Amino acid sequence: MENREKTIELTGIVKRFYIGKPHELEILHGIDLTVYQGEFVSIVGASGSGKSTLMNIIGVLDRPTEGNYRLDGLDISALKDQELSSIRCRKIGFVFQTYNLISRTSALKNVELPMMYAGVGRKERTRRARHYLELVGMEERLYHKPDELSGGQKQRVSIARAMANDPSIILADEPTGALDSRTGRKIMDIFHRLNREEGKTIVLITHSNELAAETDRIITIRDGEITGERRRP
Amino acid sequence: MLFLENILLALGSLRANKMRALLTILGIIIGIASVIAIMSVGNSIRTSVTSSMESMGANHITLGLRQKEPEEEVTEEGYRFEGETGQISMSEEDYLTGEMLEEAEKEFADRIEGVLLSEHVGEGKIKDGKLSSNVTVTGVNTPYLKSQDLKLLSGRLLTERDQREKKKLALISDRVVRKLFGGDTEKAAGSPIEVYLDGRYYNYTVAGVYEYDKSAFTALPEEYISTELYLPFETAREQMHAAAGYSQITLAARTGVDSRELSRELESWFNQKYFRHNENYEVSAASMADMVKSMTGMLTTISAAISAIAGISLLVGGIGVMNIMLVSITERTREIGTRKALGAPNGSIRLQFIMEAIVICLLGGLIGIVLGLMLAAAVTKAMGYAASPSVGGIVFSVAFSVFIGVFFGYYPANKAARMNPIDALRYE
Repeated sequence: MENREKTIELTGIVKRFYIGKPHELEILHGIDLTVYQGEFVSIVGASGSGKSTLMNIIGVLDRPTEGNYRLDGLDISALKDQELSSIRCRKIGFVFQTYNLISRTSALKNVELPMMYAGVGRKERTRRARHYLELVGMEERLYHKPDELSGGQKQRVSIARAMANDPSIILADEPTGALDSRTGRKIMDIFHRLNREEGKTIVLITHSNELAAETDRIITIRDGEITGERRRP
Repeated sequence: MLFLENILLALGSLRANKMRALLTILGIIIGIASVIAIMSVGNSIRTSVTSSMESMGANHITLGLRQKEPEEEVTEEGYRFEGETGQISMSEEDYLTGEMLEEAEKEFADRIEGVLLSEHVGEGKIKDGKLSSNVTVTGVNTPYLKSQDLKLLSGRLLTERDQREKKKLALISDRVVRKLFGGDTEKAAGSPIEVYLDGRYYNYTVAGVYEYDKSAFTALPEEYISTELYLPFETAREQMHAAAGYSQITLAARTGVDSRELSRELESWFNQKYFRHNENYEVSAASMADMVKSMTGMLTTISAAISAIAGISLLVGGIGVMNIMLVSITERTREIGTRKALGAPNGSIRLQFIMEAIVICLLGGLIGIVLGLMLAAAVTKAMGYAASPSVGGIVFSVAFSVFIGVFFGYYPANKAARMNPIDALRYE
């Protein structure tokens, strides 16, 4: 494993809120974590454990108060907002528990969205969006709006959207949390396939030990600290 | 790069909230429509007033008498008061005389076409038994008659000989003929008429019948219309026992002559030659071009002032747009968070919402322009003027709509752009 390229390197990450105020709050107390390219990692923790905060930092939506974050060798803490947007756009694909699709536009347009921000031309965008929607088995529903899709279908569209700019990491925050177990199973299968066939690094944030057990490595987080790390046998 | 995308996005979000979009747009529509309507009506009035003033004689110069400014403002006792320099009544020696005019005609012969003389006799009625028709009796000389450019239907115009011999001849309009002669213009020419004026009856013979200019004051009811009855100038003056001079006369400049230049020269010529020693009065000359210019300026100012008031409703409309944009941004907080997570830079979020505001305003602006022009067309038609849409107003309105969009869209758009993506994503 160690001979593979490092993708995410977190060292001594501390996150505090309300800094300098009487109710100052430290959520993460020095997290060290390395994720290698092509790995399927799960981060497990109860609600309030700090896993969402950790995910926000990994996803470059938030900056750590202390510590160092290198993404593909690039020091994130030194970058400006504009550059962080660009990194989110090209290197990270988000899959949310609540899908967060834009309700007014079709599945196809939703998948095109990240490519629009990456400056991909109109025709190329549509071509690629079709490709990724096919990849998740949504080729029949290209022009449906999110309201006309089931939960599982919405999540597939959002996975296709996460794939749009061919990012190196897919960050999935409780992707099956709002789905029944059968649909959830199908979504997990898609993640496995993307990991295996497309070589995507996947970081899955979940509170379910059952789902975590399917991944290469399980990292347990509790009260803002990593309390356990287990590789799949 | 995202220009077209943003327009489509904006139209999409307006479609998602049709009623709300319509109400917001309505504010802009009303504002723009009223500005356009006022500017266009103003433009029509200006055009018609100018053209009707010019039809009275674009080459005319009016000479009048003006009281002289006291030469010394400060006396030993201090400043003079207004009341002390009141109107000094005109006496016979102050008037412009026939000799002066003849001299002037000789002096400026190459540039003056003629001296237009007219004498307002009074408002009267032509009577024939129970039938009557209102007339404005005016004595005119040949150049004046020529400048009126009358269309003769029967008989003849008044000649120099009629003038010299002070004949009791009259030119009447076809309106009078319709009332008194049953519309028979041939029969009217040469017939005697009786005019009741200032408690007396005067007898004239009809020399000719002219066609009444229908374009002016058509909106007035028949019984209020008084048409001109032209008499030879000298006949009128004799009838009125008028004094020898004139307090006001009109000159016609020859075609191609700069009438404004000529009016200034005439003014100084008259004042040098005849009025230098007159203590009270001097001549003032004004060309029609000058009068048209000052009239146009005045009308432009008035319509600009009213437009500015209408512009306040645009301001209110703009505030409405800002309000709805703020609501829309709050509603779409999660969408904004998602877009940011997907890599939208702040600038592109800002552009998206500014474009949305611009689209609202521009849409309102375009509908407002159409409605405003329709309104202006209806109003000008009712007022009897030719419709004359203000092109400047249209261009201004489009530009101003965009400006309102940017101005009132910027604050909400900036608010959206600066949202924290984590908070925005978590927003319920």
